[in-house]
Amino acid sequence: MNILSYLIPISLFLGGVGLVAFIYTVRTNQYDDPEGDSRRILSDHYDDHPKP
Amino acid sequence: MTAALRPSVSACPACAAAPAAEALADQGALDAAQIALSLPTIHCSACISKIERGLNAHPQVNSARVNLTLKRASIDAVPGVTAQDMVQLVEGLGYEAHELDAGTLSATSNDKAGRDLLMRLAVAGFASMNVMLLSVAVWSGAEAATRDLFHWISAAIALPTIAFAGQPFFRNAWAALSNRQLNMDVPITLAILLAIVTSLWETSLSGEHAYFDAALTLTFFLLAGRYLDHRTRAIARSAAQELSALEVPRAIRLENGTECEVMQADLKVGDAILVRPGGRMPVDGEIITGMSEIDRSLLTGETLPVLAQPGQAVSAGEVNLTGLLTIRATAVGADTSLHQMADLVAIAESGRSRYTSLADKAAKLYAPGVHILSGLSFIGWYLYSGDLRTALNIAAAVLIITCPCALGLAVPAVTTAASGRLFRRGMLIKDATALERLAQVDTVVFDKTGTLTAGTPELTNLGALPRPSLEIARALAQASSHPLARAIVQAAQEAGITAAQVDKITEVPGYGTEGLWQGKKVRLGRASWTGAEALAETATFLRVGETAPIAFTFADRLRDGAAEAVQALQESGKNVYLMSGDTTPAVEALADRLGITHWLAEALPADKSTRIQELAENGAHVLMVGDGLNDTAALAAAHVSISPASALDAARVASDIVLLGGDLSPIAAGCDTARTATRRIRENFRIATVYNLIAVPLAVAGLATPLIAALAMSTSSITVSLNALRLR
Repeated sequence: MNILSYLIPISLFLGGVGLVAFIYTVRTNQYDDPEGDSRRILSDHYDDHPKP
Repeated sequence: MTAALRPSVSACPACAAAPAAEALADQGALDAAQIALSLPTIHCSACISKIERGLNAHPQVNSARVNLTLKRASIDAVPGVTAQDMVQLVEGLGYEAHELDAGTLSATSNDKAGRDLLMRLAVAGFASMNVMLLSVAVWSGAEAATRDLFHWISAAIALPTIAFAGQPFFRNAWAALSNRQLNMDVPITLAILLAIVTSLWETSLSGEHAYFDAALTLTFFLLAGRYLDHRTRAIARSAAQELSALEVPRAIRLENGTECEVMQADLKVGDAILVRPGGRMPVDGEIITGMSEIDRSLLTGETLPVLAQPGQAVSAGEVNLTGLLTIRATAVGADTSLHQMADLVAIAESGRSRYTSLADKAAKLYAPGVHILSGLSFIGWYLYSGDLRTALNIAAAVLIITCPCALGLAVPAVTTAASGRLFRRGMLIKDATALERLAQVDTVVFDKTGTLTAGTPELTNLGALPRPSLEIARALAQASSHPLARAIVQAAQEAGITAAQVDKITEVPGYGTEGLWQGKKVRLGRASWTGAEALAETATFLRVGETAPIAFTFADRLRDGAAEAVQALQESGKNVYLMSGDTTPAVEALADRLGITHWLAEALPADKSTRIQELAENGAHVLMVGDGLNDTAALAAAHVSISPASALDAARVASDIVLLGGDLSPIAAGCDTARTATRRIRENFRIATVYNLIAVPLAVAGLATPLIAALAMSTSSITVSLNALRLR
């Protein structure tokens, strides 16, 4: 049963990572345009360089 | 309207600088530079990148982002860039674009409540999954110290989660209790809190049963229901707001002879305002210069345009048809007759009989029932066993098992599915209970102008007219943008009639057009101007030289799907009425054409709403379909109301459902969907009751375990959701 002392914290930690990631995506407006985002991955135009 | 206002800032370089600078100081630089455009035709990734690339290439645009879900573009540009420039730029790329009023939109741009619910939903989901893992271990046989450890870990996860995720329920329950009322949230809160307290107590005594997982899954399912409900309403609200935002409240003010584009809110009494053909009067006023015809159909339901000349009073909301008009404002903002009529609606609305939704009815039966049941089992078991711990445990189990997971999902799951289905067909459900009310409708009242008819005339006596006259009429009509003239051109075009050679064509605003044909003077226009006798129906006259004038008669063109909608409604056994502010012959003709036997003509706004109230008093559930300001009181008085997207803002606000397309045919289908939806809601209530009937006796008998509670809760919630999905 000693294995529980690793497994329980690990499962809680992994779940927590998922939760934090979800909260981050909500906070940064990533669900505003689900339809557009699913199409944007097909575009080969990169917009990671903002206009100077 | 936007097209008519195009030459704006450039028309007046002098006053563009000073007031613009003042406006900037007033509203902050952000306002001037944030532009929102509606892009109704975009649909793919190529559209997104083309528009974004085009906009970002503009030197004065800081950044532009297209939202495909909302079909909108938001542009951040340097101050001084107008929305018109951006619209032209996007139209140049080959896409339809309309300016949206940023002020109206800002209310929806950040949906705080929705995000808040989503966050709580996520936390509850995370916690319930983890606690469920631990509970499964307990159910499958963990014992003694291990079970206690698992229970304590569950408690450590559940307590903070409930404290955070359960807040919406706690707040609502508190609000209801402080008003000495019961709502659905009171038993929910009690069940959650009681489950947590008894489970903590059990855990501290190394007991066998803890309900942490039940409290958490309960919170999760109920939050899911709340979120669905909220999202359905938020989508409807943002779509409705987008419709309002399409009407940008601008006007052109004359300042020392120069034209300045200002916001309507900034207009003052005494200002001289320019109204271009096609534009809507922004304020009540008096015509100073210019001759034109004005269309009052949205205010009164009259289809015939009215002659407008200096000295005549005009009201906000009327549309200027032919000539340029300058008006002096006599009442602005909230003092205009448009606003005063909109206020009447608020009064009518407060008088509307309050409809109790099915969910509220269920809650009224349910909430006291559960409390009594769980209270009785507590007292019974306490008297029988004399053990407070057993009695409390059983009372908690009864509350948890009866808890309205399925009831909480029963209504939102169905309304979400039904609203989604209707939205795809072009009906926007604005009010939460509109679907249920629509399902009860047995009488339908239509307005005429702008609702059953498109508000654009159609030539009716083309076949009876001699060909040379038609050729002359087409030549004269081509020079005018008057609706009747455009109808002649269209009819002639379809019949393959070419224009005759007419020279020196001039338009006399308010009267018609004239010219020279084979040396003779020809006129097309009003009866008085061409020397004809006025007819009862809509007509314009052609006079060639000194011969007798010929009449061109018109009827309003039916809106797409109007005939089908009326027929389908009548076939499904509903009474169809027609009520209009227009003249008797026009209304009678339309009623005959559509096969409507009950009609009322020359009705004042108050007549319409009184008639609807009479119908309601005789037990009818009335659906009112209307678009004008004269319909708003009737829309508010009816059991449920629909207005087309082309309706005045005030009418759309007063109605429960907005038709997004120009087509009326979804109305009949909408009634059917509403009826199916209500049936599904009732089915869902029945399913939830059946689960309770099975599980509650077990709980009262003290045989319920956390496993049974979890099974009953999950299966009933899932069945209810699947049943709702059948609607899609």
